Amino acid sequence: MSILVVAEHDNSELKSATLNSVTAAQVLGGDIDILVAGCDCGSVAEQAAMVAGIGRVIVADNAALKHALAENVAPLIAELGGTYTHVLATATSNAKNILPRAAALMDVQAISDISAIIDADTFERPVYAGSMIATVKSLDQTKVVTVRGTAFDAAANTGGSGVVTSIESVHDLGNSTFVGEEVAKSDRPELTAANIVVSGGRALGSEEQFAMIYQLADHMGAAVGASRAAVDAGYAPNDMQVGQTGKIVAPDLYIAVGISGAIQHLAGMKDSKVIVAINKDEEAPIFSVADYGLVADLFVALPDLEAAL
Amino acid sequence: MKVLVPIKRVVDYNVKVRPKSDGSDADLANLKMSINPFCEIAVEEAVRLREKGAVTEIVAVSIGMQQSQEQLRTALALGADRAILISTDLAVEPLAIAKCLKALMDSEKPDIVLLGKQAIDGDNNQTGQMLGAFTGYAQGTFASELTLEDGRAVVKREVDGGLQTVSLELPAIVTSDLRLNEPRYASLPNIMKAKRKPLDTMTPEELGVDVSPRTQLINVRLPAERVAGIIVEDVATLVDKLKNEAKVIS
Repeated sequence: MSILVVAEHDNSELKSATLNSVTAAQVLGGDIDILVAGCDCGSVAEQAAMVAGIGRVIVADNAALKHALAENVAPLIAELGGTYTHVLATATSNAKNILPRAAALMDVQAISDISAIIDADTFERPVYAGSMIATVKSLDQTKVVTVRGTAFDAAANTGGSGVVTSIESVHDLGNSTFVGEEVAKSDRPELTAANIVVSGGRALGSEEQFAMIYQLADHMGAAVGASRAAVDAGYAPNDMQVGQTGKIVAPDLYIAVGISGAIQHLAGMKDSKVIVAINKDEEAPIFSVADYGLVADLFVALPDLEAAL
Repeated sequence: MKVLVPIKRVVDYNVKVRPKSDGSDADLANLKMSINPFCEIAVEEAVRLREKGAVTEIVAVSIGMQQSQEQLRTALALGADRAILISTDLAVEPLAIAKCLKALMDSEKPDIVLLGKQAIDGDNNQTGQMLGAFTGYAQGTFASELTLEDGRAVVKREVDGGLQTVSLELPAIVTSDLRLNEPRYASLPNIMKAKRKPLDTMTPEELGVDVSPRTQLINVRLPAERVAGIIVEDVATLVDKLKNEAKVIS
């Protein structure tokens, strides 16, 4: 088998999400190459070459790839993908944007968000907001697969000696342009990779009061998450949403504060190792998945908790 | 300007779905079915564009079994002008759906295709992107804001780090995220009016599309259940448990 892992990066740093897919590739077994598609992304290629067990690092470095626009990256993946048995990428918003487009160019039915590998053709994946796990067999020659990051540990990013090669072909459809981005700068750990996540729900009541969640998180060195209700209400930004259509997290400790626990939210956090729920409604569904539940007013419990830690 | 809005019939988002007793598939017998929430948001966005005068015609389309007509009627009640059912009893995958849509677009020639970013049954999040591949059009996925200006679609996208804005040449494909808008309720007069709006039916074969599956569903099962834990009395007990029992903090 031969596997192409599409790197997640920002043109300067290889993101750890890439390493989850490398582990999935190792489970499949075979030769593993990494594709780094970007602009002035030489340092990413160097980091990719250090990943344990990598054969080649294929670098496509041109201006059309600077912002990872799907229109330009997908044809590149499709061009390379046919010679591999598998094309993998961790299911980040980037990969979800690009990989299905690449798969269609290859006439392949992509498999989204796998949580386990049964064999080279067969995968498990959550469906219906994680209510069920489906086992799906791909009949396509090349499998194009996105990988649920929380289901595969990160591979070692040192000790490898991949051979860096360049690919010259340039795909520029020219019909899409990057205008800008609003990216929150934060010193907190990344939500999907954090050991501890503190999440707030609608019960926080306002953006100002949601600051209590940041405060506890910072005290614990945790990342901050939010329920859809809290994001919809404008208490927290969209990139903090945990759930079926937001981020999937599985930290050692997940503290759900003022979150009722709709199935769509549970879909994003129920694989956490230990779940704590703080809610004043003892009937809240969140308690059915919590290891430790505290029935209390969060505005009293949060300051107490912070003081006790 | 014409908008094509592909929609999907799915089990209602409030319904808890379980596997069939033989584990062959999800058991959808007698469950409430609805228009996929993301598709409903796409319909609403198309209607708002028309209310702003940017759009003149909204065509809703669904690929699936005959009963999908119910969801197409919902789209018509929300404001679509006419509907097309591409009728098939097969469980059609995103790749085949995108091929059907591409074939339909060859005759319908929409300026924008507005669709949901994912369906809440299969959770694939693929169809819009695949349609982008088949048409060669630009794509604005996971949209939380859509503006039409100077013959382009400016899309604010929800991405992992926050928000990204792209400007797309038309025709373009836009997939809706949750915060693009809040869909209205269909009024009773509009529901009645929708019954008289045109709804055409065709088949994938008529469109020249092979929809045979590329994946095989081996089985579905329930995930490992989490066992509910304990209710602790107070914050001090909670902290003690986290430190000494779960050992997740020190």
